Amino acid sequence: MARTLAAATRRVLGSRRRGDRAAAAPAAGAADAALVADLVEAIGADRVRADAAARYLASRDASIYKEGNAGPVCYPGTTSDVVACVKVATRHGRAVSPRGAGTGLSGGAAPLGRPVVLSTTRMDRLLEIDLDNGVAWVQPGMVNLDLTRALAPHGVHYAPDPSSQAACTIGGNVGNNAGGPHCLAYGVTSAHVAAVEVVLSDGSVVTLGDLTAEPAGYDLRGAFVGSEGMCGIATAVAVRLTRNPPAVRTMLLSFDDVSDAATTVSAIIAAGIVPAAIEMMDQRCVRAVEDFAQAGYPKEAAAVLLVEVDGAAGGVAIAADRVAGIARRNQAVSVRTAADDGERARLWKGRKSAFGAVANVMPDYYLHDTVVPRTRLVEVLERIYDIVDRHDLLVLNVFHAGDGNLHPILAYDSRVPGAEERVHAAGREIIEMSLDMGGALTGEHGIGVEKREYMDRMFSPVDLDQQSRLRASFDPHCRMNPGKVLPSAHSCSDIGALKAADAAGVWG
Amino acid sequence: MAHFDEALPAFAAEVGADGPVCVRGGGTRWSLGGEAAPGTREVQAPEGVVAFEPAEMTVRVRAGTPVAALHEELAESGQRTALPERAGGTVGGALMAGESSIARLGLGPVRDALLQARYVCADGRIAGAGAGTVKNVSGFDLCRLLVGSLGTLGLVGEVLLRTFPVGETERWVRLAGADPGAVRSCHTAASVLWDGADAWTLLSGYEVDVDDDLSRLAALGACEDVDGPPELPPHRWACTPAEAAAFDARNGTAGPFVAEIGVGVVHASEPQPLRPVEPGVAELNRRFKDRFDPTGRLNPGRDPLRKP
Ligand SMILES: Cc1cc2nc3c(=O)[nH]c(=O)nc-3n(C[C@H](O)[C@H](O)[C@@H](O)COP(=O)(O)OP(=O)(O)OC[C@H]3O[C@@H](n4cnc5c(N)ncnc54)[C@H](O)[C@@H]3O)c2cc1C
Ligand SMILES: Cc1cc2nc3c(=O)[nH]c(=O)nc-3n(C[C@H](O)[C@H](O)[C@H](O)COP(=O)(O)OP(=O)(O)OC[C@H]3O[C@@H](n4cnc5c(N)ncnc54)[C@H](O)[C@@H]3O)c2cc1C
Repeated sequence: MARTLAAATRRVLGSRRRGDRAAAAPAAGAADAALVADLVEAIGADRVRADAAARYLASRDASIYKEGNAGPVCYPGTTSDVVACVKVATRHGRAVSPRGAGTGLSGGAAPLGRPVVLSTTRMDRLLEIDLDNGVAWVQPGMVNLDLTRALAPHGVHYAPDPSSQAACTIGGNVGNNAGGPHCLAYGVTSAHVAAVEVVLSDGSVVTLGDLTAEPAGYDLRGAFVGSEGMCGIATAVAVRLTRNPPAVRTMLLSFDDVSDAATTVSAIIAAGIVPAAIEMMDQRCVRAVEDFAQAGYPKEAAAVLLVEVDGAAGGVAIAADRVAGIARRNQAVSVRTAADDGERARLWKGRKSAFGAVANVMPDYYLHDTVVPRTRLVEVLERIYDIVDRHDLLVLNVFHAGDGNLHPILAYDSRVPGAEERVHAAGREIIEMSLDMGGALTGEHGIGVEKREYMDRMFSPVDLDQQSRLRASFDPHCRMNPGKVLPSAHSCSDIGALKAADAAGVWG
Repeated sequence: MAHFDEALPAFAAEVGADGPVCVRGGGTRWSLGGEAAPGTREVQAPEGVVAFEPAEMTVRVRAGTPVAALHEELAESGQRTALPERAGGTVGGALMAGESSIARLGLGPVRDALLQARYVCADGRIAGAGAGTVKNVSGFDLCRLLVGSLGTLGLVGEVLLRTFPVGETERWVRLAGADPGAVRSCHTAASVLWDGADAWTLLSGYEVDVDDDLSRLAALGACEDVDGPPELPPHRWACTPAEAAAFDARNGTAGPFVAEIGVGVVHASEPQPLRPVEPGVAELNRRFKDRFDPTGRLNPGRDPLRKP
């Protein structure tokens, strides 16, 4: 594990660390020359790169997985460019991996078997705002936050707001069915995609879903969202527009005891209140965030909850009062309500810069993403602290508490002998514990390669067989982003697709 | 792996591994997507609420349970699901039909309600999709594929559904001659219906907010309390929200209608003409059916593409 998540995050969020390992990307070999020539002929020389630096950057995402190996990298500008690339790749017996911003945390965008990588960075336009139908059509490479900014003048927004929203793309959000703090009340990406234009592995273009209330046929749109680039390439997305709420109230609740904070989360839900967001941070995280972003969090608190309620003004006031009451009954030491938009933005800035802040605590970190029943948070957090203590590691907890979506961050120093092994051992225990509690492997970051071999802990062979049928219905020959999600025993054709590139010489 | 509710193996045994078979729920959407092919064996999905966890806002329920019975049980804790509730309809039938409730503006579509499903697949084995939590992206989304599939990909035995708190105050009002677009701008509107002349709305939420919206509506013109929605014509059209809002233009073919504003469903007196389907989409639908049910034994005769 030469590269670390912290480094990946720094790269993703701007302060790029020079790719000194660029030279380490295996040589493309003369075998790719003919492939590259055909790609250039299909979409133009300025849209294809096969040099080591470009391939290095396209070989990994923000996860710690470093075995990705990109073939030529294409930067299509249109759907027909994508079609052309897919057809050329197929002719050369090569797979295709779509790539957005590469902020994924599960290795989903790490190409396996030297496929042609389709980077959507030049497909970043807002195509149409259709207020009558409550949607906007966007190209897949459009950055999440750019979309929300473009919509602001219309009094609407795009609800899913991953913490990486300043960098991640709508295509990547669709690929991973991304979530974010406000998905508690509003739902994750899948609830906000009305239709997707997709290029399938045979180069055909289909539109899955439509703008009608109930599209005819199977919900192929729903089956596509979250398919991690393995079912086709999204080339245009109709995202749903959410009206801005008339009133918003953001509160910071602090506690002397982590369990009281966790109990408060469960009690809010149990009281029938569905806030727009309930985020939790423990003391170590609060301190890191304060040192990094000066958001005004109380550093002496054992844990804080960031709770936002929105809706019509009267109800928002009532819900906020009830939340405050529940917090006080659970020993909250302070309940602070943001007085204005400035304070509200500052509170959120703290939450959204948490991952960046961690980089100041330890040089490396491994971020986990599992889900547990939200009624069991108290017990689950105790178990996490216990696991981490036993492995002599440091954990920072910052997560979407309202829907039970944990993000324990294991911070460590990879130069310390044995540290990585301990991180992996603790990570495995956290995953197993989450599943034993009746939870799920991942709530928003996806399976990718990181959790592929855990899939059969959560699903039976029959379940996995059904999932591979879904994939094979879209992509019978497993040519799209092969080797992800399904454990090896359930992805035999993927293995074929991966081997094809090793034999690339024969097409040279 | 997950242990199965005892009712599932018995249901799987009844479905068996061969011969054409389908589930009969309440029979309220029996002809949706076509008639059952002659000789198709009918089975019933198991019934009963397995576990309701109000604090988790989820309920595990067997697919043969009537939606109304489920909602009665949830109402004791002030909750409900997004499934439409009509006399006799079952949970499994509602999910397989995939038609949302008329309160979709407030509750969301049925396709977002299903968190986990246990179903019998074509070879007679029991499969699981989704997770026992409110959030999950582990693997491919079979749950969304199943909703609206009319039991042509698998026969559903048990599901985990998301529940919602019922609004503190719920009121249906009728507005004579009102502009439905203006009604739609009410924050608490969980349903806005329009028959080309009058509008109806279900206001649902905190009492203060509902009262606020009521005074806003009163300013638009006459506004009276009613017991519920108007009588809905029998046929369901799926339109875009823009088409639904301009529906009277097509009155000639649809007859008297009630449009769901902001959603796009129109309840019309005549059936919707079959919608054109992209050849690529039709081909994909065929591929799904072939992969999931190679011998075509699951609910033969029904096709979600012919659902209108
Ligand atoms: C007169 C009337 C009008 C209605 N109109 C509307 C309306 O306009 N809008 C609305 O939202 N709701 C409407 N409903 C509600 C309707 O009842 C629901 O969609 C629903 O609950 C249907 O369930 P069912 O059990 O009757 O399904 P059934 O009619 O028994 O079954 C429908 C289809 O699903 C299959 N199926 C059923 N259960 C399963 C299962 N467990 N596994 C696999 N396949 C299964 C069946 O084989 C069949 O193909 C109406 C109901 C009535 C009585
Ligand atoms: C600091 C930080 C914070 C984060 N916070 C969150 C968070 O709050 N919530 C959350 O959900 N995630 C979060 N993530 C993870 C990540 O940002 C999301 O998964 C995001 O959706 C990935 O988008 P991307 O454009 O970077 O996609 P990539 O990483 O490039 O790709 C992700 C997957 O989508 C596929 N893909 C990309 N484009 C397409 C396309 N056009 N068609 C089909 N498939 C495609 C890829 O093949 C890959 O499998 C965070 C990551 C970081 C580094």
